[in-house]
Amino acid sequence: MKLVLKNGYVFDPINGIDGEKMDIFIEDGRIVEEVKGEAEVIDCSGMVVMPGGVEIHSHIAGGKVNTARLMRPEDHLRNVSPRTAITRSVCGYSTPSTFLTGYAYSKLGYTTAFTAALPPLMARHTHEELHDIPMLDKGALTVMGNNWLVMRYLSEGRIEHACAYVAWLLRATKGYAIKAVNPGGSEAWGWGRDVRSLSDRVPHFDITPREIISGLMEINERLSLPHSLHLHPNNLGRVGNVSTTLETLELTREVKPSRERQVLQLTHAQFHSYGGDSWRNFSSAAESIAEAVNSSDRLVLDMGQVVFGDTTTMTADGPMEYYLSSLTGLKWANKDIELETAPGVTPFVYSEKSPVSGVQWAIGLELALLVREPMKVMLTTDHPNGAPFFTYPKIIGWLMSARSRERVLNSLHPQAQRNTVLGSLDREYTFQEICWVTRAAQAKSLGLENKGHLGAGADADVAVYPVNPEETDPSREYEKVERAFSATAYTVKAGEVVVRNGEVVRVVSGRTLYVDARVDGELEREVLADVDYYFKRFYSVNLANYPVQEVYLTSPQAVKVDAGVR
Amino acid sequence: MLEPVSQPECGLVAEVVSCDVFAGRSRKEIEELEVYAGNRRRKLGDFFSVSGSAADSPEETRIVIAGSVERTKWIGRGMSAGEIVVEGSTGMYTGAWMKGGRIVVKGSVDSFAGMMMDGGELVVQGDAGDYLGCAYRGEWRGMRGGSIVVHGNAGSEAGHCLSGGRVTVKGRAESFAGVRMHSGLLVLGSAERRVGAQMTGGSIVVLAETELLPSFELIERVTSPEIEGVRFEGVFEVYAGDLAERNAKGRVYVKVE
Ligand SMILES: [Zn+2]
Repeated sequence: MKLVLKNGYVFDPINGIDGEKMDIFIEDGRIVEEVKGEAEVIDCSGMVVMPGGVEIHSHIAGGKVNTARLMRPEDHLRNVSPRTAITRSVCGYSTPSTFLTGYAYSKLGYTTAFTAALPPLMARHTHEELHDIPMLDKGALTVMGNNWLVMRYLSEGRIEHACAYVAWLLRATKGYAIKAVNPGGSEAWGWGRDVRSLSDRVPHFDITPREIISGLMEINERLSLPHSLHLHPNNLGRVGNVSTTLETLELTREVKPSRERQVLQLTHAQFHSYGGDSWRNFSSAAESIAEAVNSSDRLVLDMGQVVFGDTTTMTADGPMEYYLSSLTGLKWANKDIELETAPGVTPFVYSEKSPVSGVQWAIGLELALLVREPMKVMLTTDHPNGAPFFTYPKIIGWLMSARSRERVLNSLHPQAQRNTVLGSLDREYTFQEICWVTRAAQAKSLGLENKGHLGAGADADVAVYPVNPEETDPSREYEKVERAFSATAYTVKAGEVVVRNGEVVRVVSGRTLYVDARVDGELEREVLADVDYYFKRFYSVNLANYPVQEVYLTSPQAVKVDAGVR
Repeated sequence: MLEPVSQPECGLVAEVVSCDVFAGRSRKEIEELEVYAGNRRRKLGDFFSVSGSAADSPEETRIVIAGSVERTKWIGRGMSAGEIVVEGSTGMYTGAWMKGGRIVVKGSVDSFAGMMMDGGELVVQGDAGDYLGCAYRGEWRGMRGGSIVVHGNAGSEAGHCLSGGRVTVKGRAESFAGVRMHSGLLVLGSAERRVGAQMTGGSIVVLAETELLPSFELIERVTSPEIEGVRFEGVFEVYAGDLAERNAKGRVYVKVE
């Protein structure tokens, strides 16, 4: 199977290509220098060509995603469309069905997506859902920030055992990276409490959030995992949480990276960049978070942008979801994941009229505009927490056009204008910078060597957008840019055209990536004895039923890491 | 005029029976309209004999269903103008998402009649099933406008999540009428227990004594009050609630004399 994408304007920042008119050659699912003989040729003249989009943090599969679907039948009234000859019937907006998730990402030019939180006990279910998401390569971030064995080993100073357990857990859950959500707080929630500072003690564990976060970063680097620690810090969504966030970011100073990447991804940073001391003087603290990222080579962030409208919030941060539902009075669900975590779900409406929503909207964009290097920023909405991923084209429009931001800003509550700096920022993203924040930065952060770029050897995942960068002024014609980014002219997945003119023309299943990190055998045996005890004593399932076999994954692809931990 | 000739064994999804859809269509085109009997795609003409002619605009269109169609669902869905008269009874979801115009059912309606209604008028001369004028499943923002009048009785949860407009049940409403209601007016001839459970706003008028939840507090006694623009004759006890909800501003008026 050979394919030539001819004459497009190619954006490939990892390889230093910035809008050059050139051809992309594809053979057997990979980008190659050139193809010989017969090949299908697609004319991309006057269009933007980018590597396939890489989603780094999106709640697309797992226990709480399904709980949210059950909880929000009214959401299934949106995006209803019947089956076609090749696609299934679909529905949903903030809780889209698995099939819609795949089709819709693909139409946006995305070819890879990581689901943001996989609680180990829900791993089998999560992979079953990932199995049903077509069109994309997939991966999952395994939640460990409130895990009993992690907390026990760290509190006892047994870092090697902690490493061996984490390596085993990644393999058992077929996860790709270490995720921590409100470290210590979701465990405290089991006792009706939360942690509110890095120094609080986790009930019944002799450990603090600070020690969990530092410990997980150290484990991550000792194991030399492809991605860094992926952190949802404490105090998400709380007024004035910027102090907790900054204190958390400080912890990275003590950690040496084992690879050429950050040691911490501050995820959905918008939700952690709040100033003020009450909702009445709620304000943006984006400047100090951006400053921390600008002055460090160990940090990256993703935006967690808010877009106005009705959505569903879901996180492995049970106490936060309870707090939110008590503010709105709306329905709420909580899950107890035994020794691992406690997620919650509640709907939320971000309103233009609300001063708080207005400030939140501004913060995400401020972060993206104030962090100088685009390789440190990733476009996310923390789907569906800030907004469903369907809103990405709108956000691209805001990043590329000060005028389009101003139009929204002027319609907001005066507090949203007063307590933010967005109105004073005139930076406008280029197509190259959009390419960074939607795929290249994600691939770098995740350590995906074959994604996020179009060099020879890369996966032949490509997005072609129907917009001419030489004839378009995104600053003025932002609506045209939004339209172009909302439906590709072509999406190519593993060398095959899967979307043409915004329609799915071929359904593929994609691969599932996971990390296979190995440590010393004796060490692992000791850890497994502890695991065995925990299962017999506390878990509701048998250890034998816990690890996920490869058969649960669509085309599993292990990223092997020899951690050398002894 | 639609004369029912047969009804399928399972429900018939016939949201095409609406003045908006019929307007400007020939008799033949109306017969060809798509309906679903279970998961089978069929034509409206398979179940109804169509006569007469439709007007050019929905406003001037009048549809008469000459008989009972208890298994036909979604009649008048989202209709914005015109009139539908049903000589008998209808199935579920009659007048759901209706925005304008008028539907008169001379018999009874099944559950979910007037669901998520936004405007217009639904008159039922017989009884209504459960969830009269309700919100869609899971939705907390319910019917926002228009008026529903049921001359007979209604099932449970009439006016569920009501967020505007007016629902009147002249007979008796079963349990949980006005549950989670936010605004608007719900008038009940009489009501079973738990009227207004979880209500946060709006007014419920019960024209007979009823047993309220303990989370309602008697605040005053009034004579011939005007409630949401309507005058009610007699002496009423006024209760505030549901105090189990935060910032609840609901009122229940119970007629005592
Ligand atoms: Zn998230």
